Amino acid sequence: MGWLTDPLALELFQRALLEAVLMGATCGAIGAYVVLRRLAFIGDALSHAVFPGVVLAYVTGFPIFAGAMIAGSLTSVAIAIVSRGQRIREDTAIGIFFAGAFALGIVLISTQSGYQRDLSAFLVGDLLGVGWGQIAASAVAGAIVIGVLVALRKELLLASFDRVYAQALGYPVFGLELLLLLLLTATIVVSLSAVGIILVLAMLVTPAATARLLVDRFTPMMILGAGLGALCGVVGWYVSYHLAWSPGGAIVLTATLAFVLAFVLSPSHGLLAHRLRRHPQHGALRPAIDPPAGHRHGEEGEPVVASLRRRHPPGR
Amino acid sequence: MTGSTDETILRLIMTVAGANLELHALAAGYDGAWVLDGVELSIPPGRLVGVIGPNGSGKSTLLRAILGLVPSRRGSVTLDGVPIERERRRVAYVPQRELVDWSFPISAAQVVMMGRYPRIGPVRGPAAIDRGAVTVALDRVGMAHLGDRQIGALSGGQQQRVFLARALVQEASVLLLDEPMTGVDRGTEEAITALMRELRDGGATVLHATHDLEGAADVSDLLCFVNGGIVAFGTPDATFTPETLHATFGGELMIMDAGDHAHVHGGGHHAHPREH
Repeated sequence: MGWLTDPLALELFQRALLEAVLMGATCGAIGAYVVLRRLAFIGDALSHAVFPGVVLAYVTGFPIFAGAMIAGSLTSVAIAIVSRGQRIREDTAIGIFFAGAFALGIVLISTQSGYQRDLSAFLVGDLLGVGWGQIAASAVAGAIVIGVLVALRKELLLASFDRVYAQALGYPVFGLELLLLLLLTATIVVSLSAVGIILVLAMLVTPAATARLLVDRFTPMMILGAGLGALCGVVGWYVSYHLAWSPGGAIVLTATLAFVLAFVLSPSHGLLAHRLRRHPQHGALRPAIDPPAGHRHGEEGEPVVASLRRRHPPGR
Repeated sequence: MTGSTDETILRLIMTVAGANLELHALAAGYDGAWVLDGVELSIPPGRLVGVIGPNGSGKSTLLRAILGLVPSRRGSVTLDGVPIERERRRVAYVPQRELVDWSFPISAAQVVMMGRYPRIGPVRGPAAIDRGAVTVALDRVGMAHLGDRQIGALSGGQQQRVFLARALVQEASVLLLDEPMTGVDRGTEEAITALMRELRDGGATVLHATHDLEGAADVSDLLCFVNGGIVAFGTPDATFTPETLHATFGGELMIMDAGDHAHVHGGGHHAHPREH
């Protein structure tokens, strides 16, 4: 058991472990919304859009969190303005601005000396370089994100499941959606030091998607997603420590492996269970996840706002 | 929970304080184009109102405009003289079923509970009375045994019953049902009709948009013919005339037999897949 307990004596190991757990739990919790509301593309865009803000803050000594929030908000506004017209669709606008913001970040960091090392730290994380101050910031931000998700669980759930009904009841649906994006941005910033800009998407999507394969209710999905995210952080960090792999890469690979296992072995939605269920004697146990034909909305991988619009067409 | 408690809760959710619904100089539409204009309606409490018209005539828009769910709106909607924006929780809306994400991981009972959210308020969880209301409402629509089922695993008729139960637990004075009979089985259709009548008897104002002209004439106290505005509004006897039908449906309508009640087929809905 030495491989399990020995590293725990090292402060460097403890710090990285804590940061990985905080990142995994926060990502896994908000991931339930990312998966169910099809926010994956927006999450990816946001993680790239915050990059120039993070770099500027890093260079000037400004709080990184504030820099990221400002850059993320500015990019979102630009996307909203450009996609308002008929000619440029929203997913195109997102593509333009998130890549543009990302390029701005790269240019900004290239003006610094020794930028290759800094760049890779931003892109794939730098768990070994995490300090106690960073961990404290992550803990606070993670607690705020999860606290808001818990406090407004009913309202966020309602607005996600049935937007029109939420509006009919007078809930500020647009405000709730904006709040969700703010929480998403905060989660991304929390995750940067552990997995970096490129890999954070995996932590936002994979643990929650794995949880979705295992449970059929929202709250259990969110709790399981947070637990899986944290567990992947722990396992990935151990693997990375012992095999000298990239920590961010090892954590994400662990999450991917967990997903594949669930995809094949899940008792309710797994491939094996489906295969077994094809036999007539199991006919009564039809998969609960599949809605009746004709009730599916939006296509896989479709940007969220577009699919939201599709789902709520103006009535006549 | 004892049987008598259930009955008390049932009486509670089926009996509401009635309210006068007034629409004045209402225009509603999308992107600047009015779908409806010049709407004047005054509906006393405790009435069952059938809203009928061809595809694209503005039936759904009328219901959505009452709730303020259309992008462009002019004029006023009041409940007992108070602007509807401040009384939204007294209005229950049953949208067309296409608008919901059925793959969502929630149970039928959880969907019904959403009708209690405004009463529960933020942060807190449901109290015993809220759970009781959900149980009773599910039972009332014949879905007590399926409360734990994932919402997407239910049939169309069962999903519609869940939505009705959600409207019930809201204890609303006004219920707006957007084509509740579309795509449901015969049994559900009858259950919906019975429920609408019971709610009306309990004091609620019930508006239901429908394609089924004769069905609407049979069950409704008042009919509201819509085509870009209100064509006619009144009792079925007063309004269900060849003239009104022609003014509402124009050439799309076939009058098979002009008798006591004209025997008609509302045009369009066979040819068009569905109306938004």
